[in-house]
Amino acid sequence: MNIKEVLTADKNEELFLLGNEATVRGALESGVGLASTYPGTPSSEIGDVFSKIAADAGMYFEFSTNEKVAVEVAAAAAVSGVRSFTFMKHVGVNVASDSLMSIAYTSVEGGMVILSADDPSMFSSQNEQDNRHYARLANIPVVEPANPHEIKDLMKYSYELSEEFKIPVMMRTTTRVSHMRGKVKTGAVKEGLTKGFFKRDPKRFVPVPSTAMIMHKNLVEKMQKIKEVTNSSPLNQIFRNKGKIGVVTSGGAFNYVMDVVKENNLEVDVLKITLSYPFPDKLLLEFMEDLDTLMVIEEVDPIMEGEVLSIIGQNGLEKTVHGKLDSTMPMIYEYSPNIIISAFEKLLGNKFNLKDNSGSNIQIPERPPTLCPGCPHRSAYYTVKKAASSLELKDVIYPTDIGCYTLGITSPYNAADYLLSMGSSIGTSCGFSKATNQSVVSFIGDSTFFHAGIPPLINAVHNKDRFVLVILDNRTTAMTGGQPHPGLPVDGMGWEAPEVSIENIVKAAGVKFIRKINPMNIKKSLETFKEALEFDGVAVVISQYPCMLIKTTRRDKAFLEVKKDKCDNCAVCLEELACTAIYRDEEGFVQIDPKLCNGCNVCVQLCPERAIGIKK
Amino acid sequence: MKSYNIYISGVGGQGIIKTSTVIGEAAMKSGLPVVMSEVHGMAQRGGSVSTELKVGDAYSPIIEYGSADLLISFEPVEALRAIPKINKETYVIVNKSPIYPFNLRESEVSYPGISEIIDELRKKSLKVFCLDADKIARESGHPLSMNMVMLGGAVAVNGFPLKKEAVLRSMNANLPEKSLDINLKAFENGFNKVRSE
Repeated sequence: MNIKEVLTADKNEELFLLGNEATVRGALESGVGLASTYPGTPSSEIGDVFSKIAADAGMYFEFSTNEKVAVEVAAAAAVSGVRSFTFMKHVGVNVASDSLMSIAYTSVEGGMVILSADDPSMFSSQNEQDNRHYARLANIPVVEPANPHEIKDLMKYSYELSEEFKIPVMMRTTTRVSHMRGKVKTGAVKEGLTKGFFKRDPKRFVPVPSTAMIMHKNLVEKMQKIKEVTNSSPLNQIFRNKGKIGVVTSGGAFNYVMDVVKENNLEVDVLKITLSYPFPDKLLLEFMEDLDTLMVIEEVDPIMEGEVLSIIGQNGLEKTVHGKLDSTMPMIYEYSPNIIISAFEKLLGNKFNLKDNSGSNIQIPERPPTLCPGCPHRSAYYTVKKAASSLELKDVIYPTDIGCYTLGITSPYNAADYLLSMGSSIGTSCGFSKATNQSVVSFIGDSTFFHAGIPPLINAVHNKDRFVLVILDNRTTAMTGGQPHPGLPVDGMGWEAPEVSIENIVKAAGVKFIRKINPMNIKKSLETFKEALEFDGVAVVISQYPCMLIKTTRRDKAFLEVKKDKCDNCAVCLEELACTAIYRDEEGFVQIDPKLCNGCNVCVQLCPERAIGIKK
Repeated sequence: MKSYNIYISGVGGQGIIKTSTVIGEAAMKSGLPVVMSEVHGMAQRGGSVSTELKVGDAYSPIIEYGSADLLISFEPVEALRAIPKINKETYVIVNKSPIYPFNLRESEVSYPGISEIIDELRKKSLKVFCLDADKIARESGHPLSMNMVMLGGAVAVNGFPLKKEAVLRSMNANLPEKSLDINLKAFENGFNKVRSE
C-alpha cells in the first residue's frame, strides 16, 4: 500500500498496518490537531508517517528539538483546547519527564495523549526501563494496546478519557506491538481543531506551592474516579476457560498467553488488562473469586504483580500469586511464546506436546549491526585514531553518544568508551577533563547535538575544560531512519525551514578552536585532528558529510575493485578501515563486494600499494 | 484455521521487511487473518534481521520453536541461525550467496563452508531448496531483486497458503513502479527454479 492511505482510506476499509502506522490513523480518527516528537525507535515510524501526511490532513506536526520540547509543545496545544499527541521512545520520556509531572497537575482542555514506546530486550536502546512507572510517578492513566487495531481504537478512547477527566493519558506500547503489522479496519477521519484559544487561569496553569497544593488534591481525586472507569470498562476483559488458574496480563504478553492457551486447550482463565492504571481492583476481585492460583504475565517489571498482591493483602484473601517475584517468570527481557509455555509447564505440571527441535551443533559467527559501507563515521573514526597514535597519545578516552556512531563500539574502531544518554558525550567529557589527565575525544551526532549537546558545551567552555569534540554532522537523524533536525532546511511538515548553524552555536558558546572537515578526505582530516588534539581547551571539529542512506548522497556507483597484481595483502583496508564491503575470499585474496560498495573512495586513499581503483 | 507460520531471515538491507509485507498484505486481501512482526532500528544496520508471519488464527506473530511451516533465508548462515524455529517438515528456501560478518577476522568462530551449511539444513529439514538467488537476481536485471527471487521460490512450495496471483497483485501494490518489471521477472525466475526441483 501507499503510506498516504493511512490518511486517504475511507471508513470501513481494511489496511495492513504497522502498529506505528495504526497510531497515526488513530490520531486522525480522533481529530488530533497537533503532533510532536523527537524520533526514537521503536516509535520512529509514527513521525515518518505524520511528516508525509500532516500537510494533506490539515494538521500540524513537528520534529521537536528534544522530547521535553515535544511534550511542552503538545501541552500548550492541549491547554488551548486543541487535541494533541506526543510520542517518543521510552528513554525519551526521561527527557520529557520534568514537564510531564507538571502537565498532570495543571490538567488539559483538549485531549492529550503521550505515547511511550518501550523496548523490552533493548533492540535499539540503552536500557529496557518500564515506563508504566512514569504513569504512577505522574499519576496519569495508562492504556496498553496489544495489536495495531487496538492501538487505533485506543487512541480514540484515550482522547475521550483525557477530555472527560481533563488529564493527559499515557499509551504504553512495546517494540513487538509498535512493530507488529496486522489488519486494521478504519473508522472515519475526523476534522479536529488546529487552532484553539488559551484562556488564562493561573490558579490552574501555574504550579507554584500555593496552587500546586490544590492541583495535587484534584489530581488524586480524578484518579480515584478514573479507577471506577477501569473497573467497569469492557476494555478490561475476562476470558473464561473453566480455569483452574487465572492469568492477569497486558499488551504484547497477552497475545502470547492467548496463543499458548488456545493451542494447548489449557484450562486457564485470562484477565486482559488494557486500562492498567489506575489498576482495576474490583474487576480483579471478581476475576479471582473462584481461583486459588494466579499468574501475572507482563513485560518488563512486576508492576501489575505488585498491584495484584496488594489487593489480595488488603482484602485478606488467601491466593497464590506467581510471576516475576517468585521467579516463575523471568525478571528481565521481553517474553516469547516459549517462555510462556515453560511457565505453564512449571505451573500445571504437564509437558506440552512440542514440535521436535534439536537445534544445531554448527557454531556460527555473530552478526552484530555495524556502520554501512561508505558511512562517513567510519572514516572519521579511522582518522581520529590515526591522529591519536601518530601523536603517541595513550589511554585516550572516547565518550560517545546516541546514534549510528555508537556502533564505533566495535573493533577495530573501539571509539566508544562511555555512554549514558542523549548528550552525555559532552557532559562526561567535562568530567573526564577534570578528573583525569587523559586525552579525551568525544563524539556526538548533529541531531543529538541539537537535542542535548548545547548546555554541556557551554558548561565545558565556562569551566575551562580540555577535550576534542567531534560533531559527526551527517545531515540527518540517521539511526531512526533519516528524520530532519533543526540544522536542515526542511521541517517535519516537509516545508522549507531556516537552517540553524551548528558552527554558529559553537562559536556563540565561546569555543576558540573550530574546524570543519570533510571526513572522506583522509589526509586533511588527519592534520585537523592532530591540531585539535594539541589544542589546550575545548576544540570542536565539525565532521560534515551526508549519510550514505540519504538517497541524494548515493551517486551512480563507481564500483571499486582490488587490483590483484598490486595488492600485497597488507590488509590495512580490511583490518583498520574494516568496511563491510571489503572481505577476504576463500582463496585468501582481498576483494570488494560490488553489491555492498558505495564507492566512497576512502579505501582508495589509505591503500599503501595504491591497489584499489575503479572497476573498468 | 490453524496458522501457517513463515519465518524470514537475512541481513539488514536485503529487503526482508518489504518481502514480508508483500506476503502479509496478499494474505489480508485474500481474506485470511494475518499478523506479522518486523525488526526496525539498530539491528537493520547490517545485522541479523528476521520477520515472522502467521497466516491464520493467531494473536501473536512470534513463532514457537520448531513451529515454522516455511523458512525463507536470504543468507546461508542466517538460515542456520533460524534452525530453532524449524522442524523436519518445514520447507526451507535458502539463498546460497554469503554475506560475511564484518567482524569475522576477530571472531573465534569462522564462517562455515556453504556445503557444510546446506548439509546441516538437510539434516534438520527434509525439504530444502537451495538457490543462487543473487545470480538469478542479476540475470533478472538487478542484484537488488534477490528478495523477489526468494519470494517466487517460497510461493512455489507445496502448502503455501496464498495464490500466486494474490502475491503478484500485492507486489504491484507494494513495489516501486520503475523496478516492477525486473522484480516480476525475478519472482518468476525464483518460482520456476523451485518448481523445477
